[in-house]
Amino acid sequence: MNFLQQVVNGLSLGSIYALVALGYTMVYGIVKLINFAHCDIYMIGAYIGFLCLSVLKIGVAWSILIAMVVCTLLGILIEKIAYRPLRNATRIAVLITAIGVSMFLEYGMMYIFSPNVRAYPQITGWLAESYKIRGLTITSQQILIFAITVGLMILLQLSVKKTRVGKAMRAVSLDRDAAELMGINVDSTISFTFAIGSALAGAAGVLVGIYYNSINPLMGALPGLKAFVAAVFGGIGIIPGAMIGGYFIGIVEVFVSGYLDSMYKDAVVFAILILILIIKPAGLLGKNTGEKV
Amino acid sequence: MPVLKTEGLTKVFGGLTAVLKCNIEINRGELIGLIGPNGAGKTTLFNLLTGITLPTSGTVELEGKKIQGLRPHVICKNGIARTFQNIRLFKDLTVLDNVKIAMNQHVKYGLHSAFFHNRAYRRTEAEIIEKAGDLLNIFNLYEKRDELAKNLPYGEQRQLEIARALATDPILLLLDEPAAGMNPVETAELTELITKIRRDYDLSILLIEHDMSLVMSICERIYVLDYGVVIAEGIPEEIKSNKRVIEAYLGEEVENA
Amino acid sequence: MRKLIKNRNVRIALILLAVFAVVQILDTVGFIDGYIMGIIARVCINIILAVSLNLITGFTGQFSLGHAGFMSIGAYTCAIITLRYPTVLGFIIGVIMGALCAAIIGVLVGLPTLRLRGDYLAIATLGMAEIIRILFLNMEITNGAAGLIGIPQFVNWAWLFFFTVGTIIIITNFINSAHGRASISIREDEIAAESMGIHTTRSKVTAFTIGAFFAGIAGALYASYFFFLKPELFGFAKSIDVLVIVVFGGLGSISGSVVAAVLLELISSMLQSLVALRMIIYAVLLVVIMIFRPQGLMGSKEISGIMFKGVRERVQSKVRSVGKGKGGEA
Repeated sequence: MNFLQQVVNGLSLGSIYALVALGYTMVYGIVKLINFAHCDIYMIGAYIGFLCLSVLKIGVAWSILIAMVVCTLLGILIEKIAYRPLRNATRIAVLITAIGVSMFLEYGMMYIFSPNVRAYPQITGWLAESYKIRGLTITSQQILIFAITVGLMILLQLSVKKTRVGKAMRAVSLDRDAAELMGINVDSTISFTFAIGSALAGAAGVLVGIYYNSINPLMGALPGLKAFVAAVFGGIGIIPGAMIGGYFIGIVEVFVSGYLDSMYKDAVVFAILILILIIKPAGLLGKNTGEKV
Repeated sequence: MPVLKTEGLTKVFGGLTAVLKCNIEINRGELIGLIGPNGAGKTTLFNLLTGITLPTSGTVELEGKKIQGLRPHVICKNGIARTFQNIRLFKDLTVLDNVKIAMNQHVKYGLHSAFFHNRAYRRTEAEIIEKAGDLLNIFNLYEKRDELAKNLPYGEQRQLEIARALATDPILLLLDEPAAGMNPVETAELTELITKIRRDYDLSILLIEHDMSLVMSICERIYVLDYGVVIAEGIPEEIKSNKRVIEAYLGEEVENA
Repeated sequence: MRKLIKNRNVRIALILLAVFAVVQILDTVGFIDGYIMGIIARVCINIILAVSLNLITGFTGQFSLGHAGFMSIGAYTCAIITLRYPTVLGFIIGVIMGALCAAIIGVLVGLPTLRLRGDYLAIATLGMAEIIRILFLNMEITNGAAGLIGIPQFVNWAWLFFFTVGTIIIITNFINSAHGRASISIREDEIAAESMGIHTTRSKVTAFTIGAFFAGIAGALYASYFFFLKPELFGFAKSIDVLVIVVFGGLGSISGSVVAAVLLELISSMLQSLVALRMIIYAVLLVVIMIFRPQGLMGSKEISGIMFKGVRERVQSKVRSVGKGKGGEA
């Protein structure tokens, strides 16, 4: 039973990684940028949720929604101010910019909210309950996290595959110039991608606040890296890949903590990353493409 | 013994057969043309010969030595050099540096010489600069040796690519559309140059070209590729009157129209 | 031609000697206090780090985000050795061993990962550095999260100067050799390079290993100057710090890295009084610089034009104003 309990815990953690990984994978797919600021949008989402729950004292559903909206706007704003002027610059220049934005958000939040850890208000009502099934404990928070993640993921996959803007996103990620010539508004498509990714990160932020109860301005850094690992693991640019990667990383982490030594859980995740990069650099679902000569 | 001999050389990309059972032979000192419609597999064949792409099956022999499956730099050391259809110079480096890099495999000094610039370093570098200078002189690029490669006019970039390939000291030179984008005067100059370097450097040359006047005037033999298959082989006169060749080309013209 | 090179070498040597002497005298008479010397030490260590990363990223075109990992190996190796043998000889052995250990790990990491292109390599090196940090965090010999305290301080201005100048000379020489040209050709066009006979894997691993070696030296100097180590010092943020110096100075410009290391340290110490706002301003500066000058201060050019004659004439006027101030500003 302990094993199943670990799986349940791993799925909850993995959901968070999956949500954050989606933002990385979509942005990378479309502009080939490791958006280091993405993990800080997740952190800001957690703070927005904190303000909603403890200051405005509104419900969890509304808090998540508000966090998603604010993060969406923030994502669009960052893209417009910091990344768009560098559309034709080298990738390393854009990457440094992303790191700059990330530092700005982290230290900006430290300045406003102080670097201290803050506790999420105690959640009451049905979200505080847990269910016991033959020794297996499942909290309603875990159910909520899992349900929201899977729901958002299906919604996202459908919108990328079925809608016009989804088609535009895929076109831009394949060939930006050709897409532009075909009359696709590249700028707004890229904005839209940042918007969706940021919204998901915002939701993940609030969920993690509820689940772990404590937040701080640097809370995004390490989970961000691991979410990126998840995206690479599944095959960067591929939406189901990010989900598989997220759950895989979540479960591995919980298992390493449970059966080996929690001190080494991050090392194992990064070792897996290096292995997958060496064995199958395009990721689990990705295709290897060489350079045309 | 032929300089180059391929037997049953085949490359399949997924479901697409780019090159099928290709048998080619080049003798010492020959200048061979490789022609065919767009997408016939000519550049893929070059990539197979130089190790950029690994063959699905078949063999490549260079002076009797099997070289298929070797890494590109090893094949280069064995004596095959090439140019690229879509010019791949080291754009942000000078003309001289482009040629010097291609001479690297003849540089024998070790890392400690590189770190401390000792006598071995100074002697070798002086030799390299002199040799590179000689080579650039042949192509009339010596005056521009300190210009960045990307700032050269198009025709000179193509010439620099040939110079760079020659710097590797090849026995077989593969030229991928050397006259592409050149005007008739430049093409005539290039034709002369190719004949000259073949003589002076004792080279065998295989060249892909769409300019038929160039191909027919300087190539001793011609291979025609269509859909990855060698459909004809012979001296220029034979090729001109070959029915399948005409079909292959006319067929394509009609499709294009 | 040779005479000219000789003359220039002599000139550079004289300037370097003068810089060394001035700082040494100021230090001896007590004009330079511990605070200023700390700044100088950080600048020198950052120069070594940036120049060595520039070899990997700027010249060879291999995007590494794990430089702090190599630095930490050098730092811990040197610290452990000097704690056991607190003599100058022990320190020298520590530096050499630190650099060698970093280089060995460099080979081990480089061989499998350097086949990866671009961002994938960046992520792999990042992961490698994180693994190294976590190992140091959990090992007994490194005293875990508490770190090592009281490492004997052997590094002074003379050592800093010696290693910094040595690093710059050796890496510049390497870049101006056939081996260095092979590395640069990989950055320019990997497929063309291997078609021209360049053993690309070997060249990449060589550059990566040399970079790791000097990062190890930087770490050793850090350990011995600041006599306190903990794994947190060598996290992702440190790798980024170094990368920022390299990009700010210009990828592929050694003098750019030197100038950027000096400038960024000066900016950072000037902002010291604005404790809370300091990092925010730093971050904004970073973004603004990248938006308005994405190629960095120097692009891929060199101040002294040692590498490119053509450039030398163009920047000659600037040379007088900034060029020789390399060590002077420090």
